[in-house]
Amino acid sequence: MAQATAPRQADFADRNFKYFLVGPSIFVLLIIGIFPLVYLLVVSFQGITMTETDTGFVGLRNYAHLFHDKRLWEALLHTVIFTAIALPLELVLGLAMAQLFVDRLPGRAVFIALLVLPVVVSPIVSGSTWSLLFDNRFGPINQIIGWFAGHEVPLLWTIKPSLVYPAIFAAEVWQWTPFMFLLLLAALANVDKSQLEAAAIDGAGWWRTFFRIVLPAIWPVMAVAILIRGLDLFRLFDIIWALTKGGPGTMTETLSIFTYVKGFQQFETSYTAAVALLIIVLLSVVVFAALKRVELAR
Amino acid sequence: MNSLHGRRRIRLSLRLGAAVAITLFFLFPIYWLFMISFKTPDEIFSYPPKWYPGQLQLGNYAVLFKDGDATAVWHSLVVAGGSTLIAMFLGTICAYSLARFKTGGEHLANWIISQRMVPPIAVVFPIFLLYVWLGWVDTYVGVILLYTAFNLPYVIWMMRGYILDIPLALEDSALVDGCTRWQVIWRVVFPMCRAGLFATAIFTFVFAWNEFLFALVLTRTEVVTYTVQVTFYFGGQSNFWAKISAMSVLGTLPIFIVVAFMQRYLVRGISLGAVKG
Repeated sequence: MAQATAPRQADFADRNFKYFLVGPSIFVLLIIGIFPLVYLLVVSFQGITMTETDTGFVGLRNYAHLFHDKRLWEALLHTVIFTAIALPLELVLGLAMAQLFVDRLPGRAVFIALLVLPVVVSPIVSGSTWSLLFDNRFGPINQIIGWFAGHEVPLLWTIKPSLVYPAIFAAEVWQWTPFMFLLLLAALANVDKSQLEAAAIDGAGWWRTFFRIVLPAIWPVMAVAILIRGLDLFRLFDIIWALTKGGPGTMTETLSIFTYVKGFQQFETSYTAAVALLIIVLLSVVVFAALKRVELAR
Repeated sequence: MNSLHGRRRIRLSLRLGAAVAITLFFLFPIYWLFMISFKTPDEIFSYPPKWYPGQLQLGNYAVLFKDGDATAVWHSLVVAGGSTLIAMFLGTICAYSLARFKTGGEHLANWIISQRMVPPIAVVFPIFLLYVWLGWVDTYVGVILLYTAFNLPYVIWMMRGYILDIPLALEDSALVDGCTRWQVIWRVVFPMCRAGLFATAIFTFVFAWNEFLFALVLTRTEVVTYTVQVTFYFGGQSNFWAKISAMSVLGTLPIFIVVAFMQRYLVRGISLGAVKG
């Protein structure tokens, strides 16, 4: 009898204990998980701006304005462009680099240790660094281009509309290609060698081997890498802030920069709340769909 | 036979050449940043640009310390260190519960990791309004709390993985030997996943240390971190380049040193544990 109740008591203690362990974390997470949602929802139905402090409700006015705000949808478009171009670029370059370094190479460990460095630099620092590199007169990039051109090239990388996108891509791809490289290198190293040898004996070409054997083997890792980078690109802020602040005009404004300008420079509080909610909803849909597909969970 | 050997050597030297070229490309911006911080104003603004400083003078750093701007690095240390300690403690016990008791099942685990993916700008806006009301803008409490909340999902997720790697038998035998649940965590689990704890703490620290948007919104003068301090010099006149680079190096060098010792855990750390490396 005593033996039958003892485990049950232990069970009960365990059940309280496990919630006790989770409790504090959940509480802190609710601060960023639930509170902002509720607060945004309330504020977005009000009409607060820099000059208007009345907290009366204005119905759906802010949401209606979302649809007419050309600048908002352009910011979304810019965000999609940045993601759609930088992500494949980083992926392909990272994969090519991983392929280069996966086999034995003198000094391999040293190369990899050095290639890691851009990933751990703060994005605001790398943006600042690239803005120094891109300086039209005192930066080295125009200087190097000048060597090839044979004359001085005073290109205004962070100001001229046709050059700002390449400039931002350069900084972005420089910083995060090593991220893709590291993850894909680890994945490539785990590809079953005997399968590769079997394919070679069967006379399969490089492309065929890659698509039939290597790609399926590295896909789980690649999917995680794409998910992490994709989400980071969707909230791109730091690098652009350092290089162009969204300019010239609003040409390189992303959703994050647009929201920052609206909320913290123009103080359109209630409208910003509606924008922030829109971003959360957009992203939640993507994250939800992605998490279901990606094997992040074990 | 000889020609095959020769071809292999050519291939290897080609690969080596490509490796060197790629590494130089990725290192050059960092090199340039570090070099500017050692240049005199004349050298920074010389045309054509100087590829290296005449001598390694530390004047640019001396200015930062004299003006008191270097305290931004101290603020970064307090904010990143404080939030890392809190997040590590709360996150690890939570991870233990998730790993061993499956608390909340898959749903809770997925909800927690999805919190890592919420867009920072959408979170910081209502948080800012809350902090204005609480008087927490430009205070350690405010910044540390938000950093803790934002890093918790990462800590929980990573530590859950590391704890799942520990054989369950050890904890069982500790329980049989009469340890309480807390003693099991302190004396068995923490020591067993020491390496994981350390690696996760380092990466959490780096994320907080490098963070910019939250700090930009939530700090003014009292607890300005180094990332925000760097942007204070944007668009200024002459000697501001020296300050941008020197401040950036002050913030970046410690990270490089730390990461050099963390190579083994790097891949697992940045892939949210998806690649065990």
